[in-house]
Amino acid sequence: MNAFILLTVLTAFRILGRNRLRAGLTMLGIIIGVGAVIALVSIGHGARAAVSAQVASMGTNVIIVLPGATTVGGVRGGQGGAVTLTVSDGLDLKKKIPLLSETAWAKRDVMQIVYGNRNWNGPVNGISPGYLTIRDWSYGSGGPITQADLDSAARVALVGQTVVENLFEAGEEPVGSTIRIKNVPFRVIGVLAPKGQSAQGSDQDDIIFIPFSTAERKVLGTLFLGSVGALFATTDRPEDLPEAVEAIREALRARHRLQTDQPDDFTIRTQVDIGKVQEGTSQTLTIMMFAVASISLLVGGIGIMNILLVSVTERTREIGVRMAVGAKRRHILIQFLIEAMTLSLVGGLFGIILGILGARATTVIAGWPTIISPESILAAFFFSLAIGLFFGLYPANKASRLNPIEALRWE
Amino acid sequence: MGTLIVCKDLSKIYRLGDVEVPALRGVNLEIQRGEFVAVMGASGSGKSTLMNILGCLDTPTTGSYWLDGSDVARAGQDELAEIRNRRIGFVFQNFNLIPRTSALENAQLPLFYRGMPLREQRAGAAAALARVGLSGRGDHYPAQLSGGQQQRVAIARALVSSPSILLADEPTGNLDTESSQDIMEVLQRLNQEDGITIILVTHETDIAAYASREILMKDGQIVRDRARASAHSGRASAGLVKP
Repeated sequence: MNAFILLTVLTAFRILGRNRLRAGLTMLGIIIGVGAVIALVSIGHGARAAVSAQVASMGTNVIIVLPGATTVGGVRGGQGGAVTLTVSDGLDLKKKIPLLSETAWAKRDVMQIVYGNRNWNGPVNGISPGYLTIRDWSYGSGGPITQADLDSAARVALVGQTVVENLFEAGEEPVGSTIRIKNVPFRVIGVLAPKGQSAQGSDQDDIIFIPFSTAERKVLGTLFLGSVGALFATTDRPEDLPEAVEAIREALRARHRLQTDQPDDFTIRTQVDIGKVQEGTSQTLTIMMFAVASISLLVGGIGIMNILLVSVTERTREIGVRMAVGAKRRHILIQFLIEAMTLSLVGGLFGIILGILGARATTVIAGWPTIISPESILAAFFFSLAIGLFFGLYPANKASRLNPIEALRWE
Repeated sequence: MGTLIVCKDLSKIYRLGDVEVPALRGVNLEIQRGEFVAVMGASGSGKSTLMNILGCLDTPTTGSYWLDGSDVARAGQDELAEIRNRRIGFVFQNFNLIPRTSALENAQLPLFYRGMPLREQRAGAAAALARVGLSGRGDHYPAQLSGGQQQRVAIARALVSSPSILLADEPTGNLDTESSQDIMEVLQRLNQEDGITIILVTHETDIAAYASREILMKDGQIVRDRARASAHSGRASAGLVKP
């Protein structure tokens, strides 16, 4: 049986090689279908990877607690509509919830920043040191804001890439120079490594960090000391996020002495929520392209069935001869199935090559990120094999049911 | 020598819609091992139907057919394929070689379906080609061979499985006189030297003259069955295969 299969495969390739044009046209549907699947899947994967990279650029596992949504006499304030979160909330969360590996707080405002004869308006963030860890900022040069800076309300600043580009001459070293924020001089102690766009499309590099204490006392001002714009927290493992969110909610409700029927006076958001929206979009895209690809694979399969039916008719006499010398029905069946699968498989392989080239071209021409996944190649391979098997079954069965006497007489 | 074929009361009825067309009507036939039988008759006499049944391509409607001691009249499709593969060699009027496939591969076809290892298939086919005087032509394609040579490849294909009978259906019908003689001498030599039983269908008397027994069919029945002295005995020794 093995010699039989081997020789039949070889014969199938020979027949395919003899009718290259016909085989090529027959395989076209499969080639285009598989190519489309490979290319689109890699574009989809690339897009998804880009999205998760963006989400990750905001820091992984980040929980953001925003103040607000208080109700005063029936009028509900929006997010950040009231000052309800404080530094002591942040300190307390860290103490009470062991799941949280880090907490931080910050407040921000857009301010004018001056260096020499240049100026720029950018968001100035007063932060506690943990913030840099949570948001996963790293430094192009210089170093972080420390607890000591916070304790002494030091006039030091970290600047983002966009701020550097707008305030400093090209090639000028910002670290060590003095900039003025709201007329208060600050020494630049570090430049942040660029992060690019956020998932929402805002420029994450247009940013200045100064110690929280300095910000509330000397720059941004405050209604009362210790009020924060937002609290930040993080867990070591992403799967702990939901539990941590609930713990924070409970702790804050307890601290704020909210009755059970009162709504939260804060809002908790996580990166997961943000990522979900993006994921949903790319999933829709994936389903759509699979629909398109399935149709072209279906058309390809029908093409194979058609050419095989023609082949069975053309080779009726050959089938008769094979039967006369002892081919059983299953021999004929297997022979034509193998021919069908050879067609679809070779088509699939060309399709895979086409898909990879297509993905490359998309990256080069359109600049979209693409990732070619080995799984999609493997899936395309087996799928084209299955198409050959499925659409080859009818013609092969027809061939195997020929009457040898009539087949031998066929003109 | 022993009896190879016993047919008792064979009949075959084809149904064309509501009409029943009898192709064979009670054929009784015995063929001994080593015989060279010519079956003659006009078209429509039932000789093709008889050949199809003898060749296990078809089964009779009624009657029994014993081949080499086993009843094959009621065999199933796969069983018939197996019998054709091991016990019967076919030679057709129009050669019926598989196109664009080498002579060697054509000749090895029955062994291929027997599931033999490739090496043995090749060796068997090469030996069969040598027996019909075509050694060294194994890699030729049918289109590169003359009609006579193509028919020899077909004979090699029939021989390769060492069959009990060789069925030749008008083997010279598409050949010129010289090639016809050539092919008939090959068949006669196989019969006389190797003792292969041959059943030959023909309507040419000079071709039938190579056989040692002549059966005449008419309207689905055997109307004459006689032994004859082969007109060409002795010519086979003129030989086609030069050692």
